[in-house]
Amino acid sequence: MADFGGSQPGEFEGEVKAWLAENYPGELRAPSPITDPNAIWGGRAFAGSDDPQIRWMRAMAARGWTAPTWPTEYGGGGLGAEEAQILEQALISGGYRRPLASFGLWMLGPVLLEYATPAQKRAHLPGIVAGDIRWCQGYSEPGAGSDLAALRTRCEDAGDHWLINGQKVWTSYADQADWCFCLVRTDTAKKHEGISFVLIDMTTPGVETHPIRLISGESPFCETFFTDVKIPKDNLIGRVGGGWEIAKRLLQYERQNISGGFGAGGGAGGLAGDLGAIAARYIGVDATGALADGDLRGRITRNKMDTQALHLTIARLAAEARTGNGPNAATSIIKYAAATLAQERSELMIEAMGSQGLGWAGDGFKPDERLAARGWLRSKGNSIEGGTSEVNLNVVAKRVLGLPDLVPGA
Amino acid sequence: MAVLTEEQTLLRDAARTWVREKAPLSALRGLRNAADARPYDPAAYAEMAAMGWAGVIIPESHGGSAFGCQSLGLILEALGRNLVASPLIVTTLGVASAILMGGTAEQQSALLQGIAAGDLVGALAIDEGPHHRPEDVALPAVRTKDGWRLSGSKTFVLEGMAADVFLVSARTGGKPGDRDGISLFLVPADANGLSRSSMPLVDSRGAARLVLDQVDVDVDALLGPAGQGWALLDATLDRVRAGLAAEMLGSALQAFDTTLDYLKVRVQFGQPIGAFQALQHRAAKMYADLELTRSCVEAAFAAIDAGDANIAELVSLAKAKAGGTLHTVSNEMVQMHGGIGMTDAHDAGLYLKRARVAETALGGQAYHRDRYARLQGY
Repeated sequence: MADFGGSQPGEFEGEVKAWLAENYPGELRAPSPITDPNAIWGGRAFAGSDDPQIRWMRAMAARGWTAPTWPTEYGGGGLGAEEAQILEQALISGGYRRPLASFGLWMLGPVLLEYATPAQKRAHLPGIVAGDIRWCQGYSEPGAGSDLAALRTRCEDAGDHWLINGQKVWTSYADQADWCFCLVRTDTAKKHEGISFVLIDMTTPGVETHPIRLISGESPFCETFFTDVKIPKDNLIGRVGGGWEIAKRLLQYERQNISGGFGAGGGAGGLAGDLGAIAARYIGVDATGALADGDLRGRITRNKMDTQALHLTIARLAAEARTGNGPNAATSIIKYAAATLAQERSELMIEAMGSQGLGWAGDGFKPDERLAARGWLRSKGNSIEGGTSEVNLNVVAKRVLGLPDLVPGA
Repeated sequence: MAVLTEEQTLLRDAARTWVREKAPLSALRGLRNAADARPYDPAAYAEMAAMGWAGVIIPESHGGSAFGCQSLGLILEALGRNLVASPLIVTTLGVASAILMGGTAEQQSALLQGIAAGDLVGALAIDEGPHHRPEDVALPAVRTKDGWRLSGSKTFVLEGMAADVFLVSARTGGKPGDRDGISLFLVPADANGLSRSSMPLVDSRGAARLVLDQVDVDVDALLGPAGQGWALLDATLDRVRAGLAAEMLGSALQAFDTTLDYLKVRVQFGQPIGAFQALQHRAAKMYADLELTRSCVEAAFAAIDAGDANIAELVSLAKAKAGGTLHTVSNEMVQMHGGIGMTDAHDAGLYLKRARVAETALGGQAYHRDRYARLQGY
């Protein structure tokens, strides 16, 4: 049963809509609002900022509505699933911008709620809800990609503190993050059981980050070095050697989150818009109105249909989850399907644009065209980040379909 | 699985149980081997009708239960698992739907009760060539003193050898390819001048070829407005396509389950072959396709029952997706079983054959992708 605090669902919806309408900064209603594109991520860089996106974030955070279902004692909204759904719908239907985008909200927060001590929750959750602290994720290492548990960054017990030495890679936006949640090795004798989960303030002496330039020319990822970094004993979450369980749990949240971002919008870096209509502009149509390139038309249609099928599946799984039967095993296919379709789509996009889809820079190309080319390159990462498609398929085969492991030595 | 009502859950569970206990795959082999090449087992259809399945989309006033098309889809998915042959799709989603959506009160009273009871079997006589192009109808219907006279032929009429009544598309104006000038007629199978011959198909279910040699019908055989039958035809075909997609989903699910079981028990190189990553990944991709297909089928039926504006788009999506998925899964069923999958004794071939027929019926993947693209304006 949802707890509406004495009020009825309809009444709650009315209150929510009225409050949103009253508190949404007017500047954000403009067709192209003037706001820093990074503001949505919050963090110390925006402390004291007057950016309208930040004011929106603060207003929502004050009610705990940046984290609607988290407990109020940690700054959350304390809403039930049904109320949170009403709020979510009101935000979408009202055309409101998201108040806060945050790895803290999507990934770290849920595992802190599950594994952290009350003191650790009090120390970190309110800053996430408020958008005061921007978090990054320190998981992959040069020698630990798909085989994440092979990670080697050392975390040694130095009496009154932990001492950390090692290197992380693909730490998204580490150069702009305030804190890092990190997997480290506390025991070199055991693989999975030797891993622990720690929180590191990025301003600690010995932490160094460098952005990595990608084939698309962007640098959303970093490599991060830890040299004799001292962190308080309290910054280890769960038990020593219990990090792998937390990591797996957190990866589930990450995969959910990554797949949510793909789709008709084109996935990370992709150009939005209807592929069929864009192709028709660049290629033209025949006398019957069909795209003049029949082969491309067929391939575009396959991609559009599969993408619609994916969206219908995401909606179906969400509806089923709301009936309370727990997460459906089918959620495990979403990330794989979303990545594949987003990559296909970004290739079809530049193919439709012909030579205009190959522009790197300059006035000879419209901004959309350059974005399509960069998006095509960026999309190559869709099937790598957050678990490769191959690892994804392994997981489906073993955990969902129950297919066996190889018999060693046979 | 969509969020179901209590009635739908009961209906689905009853269908699953009946299919498991009463309609084994061996029944299809029995039909195939029978001398008279019947398209389905009338006794089995009588049992389905007795359970109310023939009346699921028919109003209570005409002997049905009015549970809606989505509910019928759940039954069809269950039937598809064991490739159960029946005229349920074309009779109810086809002929009964057309009468419900476009028939007069008299036409509804005359036919729906019999369909709901399972006493009356209908079939769709639409295609005239090897490819489904419903606008290309050429068969002329000309006005006579007392009614209409139809002359021409129809092909690939599913369940045509068993039908008591045909829904025939005919041309009363314009030229083949025009949507204007199409009219629909309800023609009894025993009409003078109508003859049918069996077209045994690879799926052991068969279809009929019809020849209409100056078949005279009354004025009340006309269904819907003369010359303006396209919208009704299109809406009717979409219901049948959705039904086929649901059945294909069921067939694909069973073909996949059977294959998955085999991957776990077949041992080569000292390993169950399902331990090999090459096969694991193909299985995982099929699982993904099955989940996407389910979403499309359910969305198509939901749109049909709600009378949404995007029925055509969602139905073409469902039919194309189900066609592709069943095609892939049935091919993999043969390949992953290896040599045994090539034998007549194994069931893989039955799924492979049915996949092709169901996909070709009322438009294959290419037809529906083209239709989807046109609906989206490119």
